[in-house]
Amino acid sequence: MSLPEPRQRRDTVFDPWIDTYADRTHGLTVSAVRALFSVANRPEVVSLAGGMPNIADLPREAIGEAIAALIRDRGTQAMQYGSGQGEPFMREHITEVMAEEAIVAHPDDVVVTCGSQQGLDLVTRTFCDPGDVILAEAPSYVGAIGTFRAYQVQIIHVAIDEFGITPQALREAVNACRAAGKRIKFLYSIPNFQNPTGVTQTLERRRELIALAHEFDLLIVEDNPYGLLTIEGDPLPALRSMDDERVVYLGSFSKTFAPGFRVGWVLAPHAVREKLTLAQESATLAPPVFSQFAISTYLEQFDWRGQIVAYRDMYRGRRDAMLRGLTENMPAGCTWTHPTGGFFAWVTMPEGLDSQSMLPRAVSARVAYVPGTAFYADGMGSRNMRLSYCFPSEERILEGTRRLGEVMHDELEMLRTFGIGVGSAEHRYRDVTAGPAPDIT
Amino acid sequence: MSSDLGTIVVLAGGLSHERDVSLRSGRRVAQALRDRGHQVIESDVNAALADLLATTADPVVFPVLHGGDGEDGSLRQVLDLFGVPYVGSTGPASQRAFDKSICSPLVTVRTPAQVALPNSVFRELGAKALVSAVVDRLGLPLIVKPSRSGSALGCTKVTRIEALPSAMVAAYAFGETAVIEQFIEGTEVAVTVIDTGDGPRALPAVEIRPRSGIYDYTARYTAGETRFLCPAEISDEDAAACAELALHVHEQLGLRDLSRTDIIIGPQGPTFIETNVSPGMTETSLVPLAVEGAGEYFGELCAALVRQARRRHAAPSES
Repeated sequence: MSLPEPRQRRDTVFDPWIDTYADRTHGLTVSAVRALFSVANRPEVVSLAGGMPNIADLPREAIGEAIAALIRDRGTQAMQYGSGQGEPFMREHITEVMAEEAIVAHPDDVVVTCGSQQGLDLVTRTFCDPGDVILAEAPSYVGAIGTFRAYQVQIIHVAIDEFGITPQALREAVNACRAAGKRIKFLYSIPNFQNPTGVTQTLERRRELIALAHEFDLLIVEDNPYGLLTIEGDPLPALRSMDDERVVYLGSFSKTFAPGFRVGWVLAPHAVREKLTLAQESATLAPPVFSQFAISTYLEQFDWRGQIVAYRDMYRGRRDAMLRGLTENMPAGCTWTHPTGGFFAWVTMPEGLDSQSMLPRAVSARVAYVPGTAFYADGMGSRNMRLSYCFPSEERILEGTRRLGEVMHDELEMLRTFGIGVGSAEHRYRDVTAGPAPDIT
Repeated sequence: MSSDLGTIVVLAGGLSHERDVSLRSGRRVAQALRDRGHQVIESDVNAALADLLATTADPVVFPVLHGGDGEDGSLRQVLDLFGVPYVGSTGPASQRAFDKSICSPLVTVRTPAQVALPNSVFRELGAKALVSAVVDRLGLPLIVKPSRSGSALGCTKVTRIEALPSAMVAAYAFGETAVIEQFIEGTEVAVTVIDTGDGPRALPAVEIRPRSGIYDYTARYTAGETRFLCPAEISDEDAAACAELALHVHEQLGLRDLSRTDIIIGPQGPTFIETNVSPGMTETSLVPLAVEGAGEYFGELCAALVRQARRRHAAPSES
C-alpha cells in the first residue's frame, strides 16, 4: 500500500465560480425529496406524485400524419423564427379555447408562452422587484413558488378552505402587508381544481375576490390550466370573465392536449401585454413556432372538444378510484379533499405524522406522493400530502392507496413507540378540510 | 468502436433511495469511458439485466449503484454467479463495508462511540428508557443515521434529548436499523483509495466545507453549495494519518479496486466515520475531485479499474 506523494498545497476550489453566483441562485438547490422521486419513475412504484397528464389515448397516428403534412407543406414557415407575441393564428385559436370558459378576449391581448410556466415567469419578471410581496393560496403550486423565489419575492400565503380563498384571510393579509410597508404586486390564484388541493373557488367566493381586488386595488394572476377538466358539477366562470382589467390570465394546452409542445399563454390588459411581449422577446425571441403550428393543426383538424370530453371521463374514473382507495385504506384521523376536476387530492394525516420524513418509507413500499411542505414557502404542510390521480390507471391508484395506508399505519406505530403524537410542537400544518372524509365508495 | 476492454456495462439506477445520485454517477463514468474510446452500455438494474449480460459479447460490469442491493453486496454476488467480471469489492466485503452497524466494530481504527439498534428493540423494551440510556452512555450531541443508507439521507444531528425520538423515526424511515453515534466536531475529509493492480494507494484527502455548515444531501449534490479543497488544509501529519487510516480500512475490510473513506479530524485526531465501496461519481462527488487533485484523469482511472477487473477474471486466483 502507498501513501499519497507530498504535493504542494493549493487552495483549490473545484468549482471556480463558487463566489460568483447570483444571490438568487442560492435557493436553487438539489433536494433529497426530489431525489427520492427518481425511484418513482420505476414501474415497480405506484407514483401518486407527478402531475403528468395521461395522453395515451390521443389519436397519435393521425396527429403524426398531420404533423408530417405540416412539415411537408408549410415547413419553411413552421420551422422559421416567429413573432415574439406568438403567431396571429395561434392567438386567434387561443381566444376560441378561452371562449369555452366564457372569456371574451381579443387576440391582440394574448401573448403566447413556452407553457404557462413561462407565462408566470414573464409576469413575475415584469412586476416584481426583490423584496416585493406576492400573495398566494396556502398551499400553492410548487412551480409558482419556485418562480417567485427565483425573483427574490416574499411569498405571503392566504388561507383557503373548501370553497377557496377566504375573504377575511385575504383582507388580513393585505392589511398586514401594507401596515408593514410592503408592496404587494399581485395575488396568485388557481381558482379551478387548485394544485395541490383540488379545491375549486365557489362563484360567490369569486365575486368576493373580485370585489376585494377592487377595494384594495389588487392585481390578480389567475392560473387556470385545469379549467376545462370539470368532472363533477357545472363549470364556473373564470375570474378573467368577470373582470378584464384587474386579472392577468394564464392558460395552457398542457392538460387539454399535451404538455410536450410547451405552449401556454397570457391574456393581459393591453399595457401589461406590451410589457410581456418585450419580456418574451428578451427571453426567447419568440415562443416555439413549430409547436404553435402543430397545436393549431390539431385544433383545426381534430375534434379537440370531443377529446376534452374523453379526458374528463377518463379522469373522473381515476378520481373516483382515488376517493374510493382513500376511503378504504386511510387510517382514522385522515381527511382529504373532494376534487370536482383537475388532477389532485390533498390529504391531511393524523397528528404526529410528517409527510416528508415518511416519504422514504413510502418509497421503500413502492408508492410515492408529494409532501405538503413543497407547496408552502413558509415551512407549513408537514401533515399534508398531494396525491395525483391523473397518470396511473384506476387499478394502480387503488393499489397505491393500499400501500400508502400500510405505510401510514407503520409510521403511526413508530410514532407511538417513541411517544410522538398529540401535542407535538414540531409538526406544523394547515388543513383545508376540517370536515369528515367524503362519502364516495 | 473497438476497445481492448470489450463491452463495459455501467450499471446505475436501481431501486434504492439514492437512485438519482446513482444515475448521475453512472452517466459520468460512462461518458468518461466513452471519451477514451471504449464501448459502453448503460443499464438500470431490472429484469432485463440477465438477458443483457447473457447476450453481450465479453461484458465487464462497472457497478455505480448507491445504497440497497447495489452496495450491500447482493448484486455483486449475482455477478459472481453469472461469472461476469466487475469493478469493485466482492459481495461479502461490500456487505461488511455498507452496513454501518457491522463496519465500525470490525475496523481497528478510532471510531466514534456508537450503538446500532433495530426498531423492534424500542417497541419491545420501551423507547423512553432506551433513549435515556443512549444519551447517558454516548452524551450529546449525537448523530443518528440509517445503518444501510448513504448520501446523508435520514441523518440527523441531535443536540437535545427531546429531539432524539424524531431523529430515530427519520432514520427508521430508511430501514430497520439505526446507528446512533457521538457527533465529532472537526474538519471533514474524504480519502479515496485506488488499486489498479499495484496495490492500494491513497489519493490526497479532499476537505469538505459546506456553505450551510452541514454536509447534507443538498450540500452534497448542488454545485456551489460546498467548497472542496484538495489537498485538504490540514497538517502533513494529519494528512498522512488520514491516508493511513483509509488504507487500513480498505485492507482490513478486504475491499478491492476502489473505496472512499470519510473521516473527521477531531480533537483526538482522525476518526473513521464510514467507508463506501461504490462512492459517488457525480460532478460534485469526492472521488473525481480527489483524482483531479492528484493530477490524474478520471477517465483513465475508470479504464484502469475496468482493466484490473478483466485481469482478475482472467487469473481468478489473484482475486
